[in-house]
Amino acid sequence: MKGRVRPKLAVWKFASCDGCQLSLLDCEDELLQLAELVQFANFVEASSKVQRGPYAVSLVEGSITTAHDRERIQAVRADSAVVITIGACATSGGIQALRNGADVAEFTRHVYAHPEYISTLRDSTPISAHIKVDYELFGCPINKQQLVEVISAFLHGRKPRIYSHSVCVDCKLRGTPCLTVTRGIPCLGPVTHAGCEALCPSYGRGCFGCYGPKESSNPASLMQHLSTHLGQPDVALSRLLRSFTAEAPPFASARKPYEPAT
Amino acid sequence: MTARESTSTVARPLRMEVSGLQSLVAALWTAGYRVLGPTVGEGAIVYGEVRTIADLPAGYTDEQDAGHYRLRQRDDGALFGYNVGPHSLKRFLLPPRERLFTTIRTGKQLAVEPEPVPTEKLAFLGAKACELAALLTQDRVFSSDQHPDVQYLARRRGMFLVGVSCTKAGGSCFCTSMGTGPKVESGADLALTEVVTASEHYFLVEIKTAAGADLASQLPLRPATIDEQRQAELRIADAATQMGRHLSTVGLKELLARSTDSPHWDEVASRCLSCANCTLACPTCFCNTVEDVTDLAGDHSERWRRWDSCFHDDFSYLHGGSVRASVKSRYRQWLTHKLSTWIDQFGTSGCVGCGRCITFCPVGIDLTAECAALQARTT
Ligand code: SF4
Ligand code: SF4
Ligand code: SF4
Ligand code: SF4
Repeated sequence: MKGRVRPKLAVWKFASCDGCQLSLLDCEDELLQLAELVQFANFVEASSKVQRGPYAVSLVEGSITTAHDRERIQAVRADSAVVITIGACATSGGIQALRNGADVAEFTRHVYAHPEYISTLRDSTPISAHIKVDYELFGCPINKQQLVEVISAFLHGRKPRIYSHSVCVDCKLRGTPCLTVTRGIPCLGPVTHAGCEALCPSYGRGCFGCYGPKESSNPASLMQHLSTHLGQPDVALSRLLRSFTAEAPPFASARKPYEPAT
Repeated sequence: MTARESTSTVARPLRMEVSGLQSLVAALWTAGYRVLGPTVGEGAIVYGEVRTIADLPAGYTDEQDAGHYRLRQRDDGALFGYNVGPHSLKRFLLPPRERLFTTIRTGKQLAVEPEPVPTEKLAFLGAKACELAALLTQDRVFSSDQHPDVQYLARRRGMFLVGVSCTKAGGSCFCTSMGTGPKVESGADLALTEVVTASEHYFLVEIKTAAGADLASQLPLRPATIDEQRQAELRIADAATQMGRHLSTVGLKELLARSTDSPHWDEVASRCLSCANCTLACPTCFCNTVEDVTDLAGDHSERWRRWDSCFHDDFSYLHGGSVRASVKSRYRQWLTHKLSTWIDQFGTSGCVGCGRCITFCPVGIDLTAECAALQARTT
């Protein structure tokens, strides 16, 4: 790589908490090496200096919730050779997508002292609903090792080592006895995309589904089983699928039968 | 594997006291083995290091059914009064992740460093009959003449196996259907049967190999009486009547081979999560994938293998896409491979009837029930 022009990497923030970008700063061991290989052309968490595009890679965090952001993402796409969305907000709309389908004006009245200053879209939507996305990295927040892996794969022109299988696979690799089977704890692991190395189950906590649906996710079957065999009440089931990736389509439709009638 | 071949003289079964089991564990450590056996861990009986018999799950048992496992107490203090748990010997012989080699780049030079061949000697205490049958099934996969697996065979060669016959069967067990249990007939160096009565607690010991005879000669054993042998046999026979499940294997291989278009696969696919728990819990499923890891600079790369499963989309990825894109085709692959094409490939069934795939399926899909449903559709 030495002697060549270092590719420009830009990090863009939309509606989000910054947790995913911070994962990049968290890559302490790899960060200096990374800085030798790429130019951080836009990364406001680290420096307020912004270089102009075009960018070789743009990492996009956050969902689209305002008309302004809806335009801004088009500019990011136009200026970037590769767009990688990072985190639950960017890939599914995030926790803020819980407002989708609800009365946003009423929410605004409850939350803000001056709701008249708030200009927002009705729905919080993933980046892929607006532009073509080249790669999606899931999680709330993303796993920093996966981020380094994706950037590293990009630099070397190889396929990233990211799996689309269930969280259960990582439980099995770790040797964690299944929580649902051995303790009756509801867990979204079998329908959730891997990436966290089965972190929550390794601490005795059922998976929250923060990486969103796995490939060929079948949450309807899991919900049915949790309801009939584990005796989980409807309200618990609808809540289980109402968190960080609530609006990912397989989760949104699987919880419908368990939602309280309105 | 000479030490593993059966001894020609069928020795009379011996009686060993519980204190003798302690001597057995100690003798194995002294002989340089790392002794692994049943221990209570994270809500299940799992393989762990056994330094003394106090590490064994005395008075514990398990309750199993489709999608259900609970650790329970039993009141007789039995040390091996449980059925197989979430882990199997596969974890140790074919570890979930394993580095195969490392490549270092210096300038234009590439240096490949092979991974050292494992040298650790492992001893397993308490391997049940289905577990031993699964080991022999994996042996056939990894010791083929064309593709012997160096890492697997190195671990396998040094192993010492203390089998324990089952004196109770679980809700997911069907070893009698597969002809693999509940009695430990072969595959172990020593075979134990635990007998707990109102007044006594002892083991019946059968010597199965020369290595087993060697170890037994260091232990305080005496010939078992006819009654002691009968006590052991009765308990094993009792276990055989308690099978929670049954698989009718007559014509099953052929039935699966001609059922590729059965509408039943769609029905299973509506329940199946393609989560892969069944294949990863299965002690005979051997599929693994290899992958390369590089550092950011690309000067250091490693090749690893890790467990894989036919339930994954990537598993059948060929040029342009996945051959088994639908969950239906993946479930069909699993069931058909286990119970039909495995026989074409390796000469035995791929299933030993341990029931792990049934117990550890998060939605309780039961291969014996699925086979029965396929059988019912065609009769
Ligand atoms: S604990 Fe959850 S993630 Fe782990 S195997 Fe069980 S269902 Fe899957
Ligand atoms: S297929 Fe199921 S019952 Fe048969 S050996 Fe595998 S885990 Fe055990
Ligand atoms: S059933 Fe699937 S995972 Fe198991 S050995 Fe066969 S192809 Fe591999
Ligand atoms: S059969 Fe059960 S354990 Fe196997 S992939 Fe389907 S849901 Fe998962």
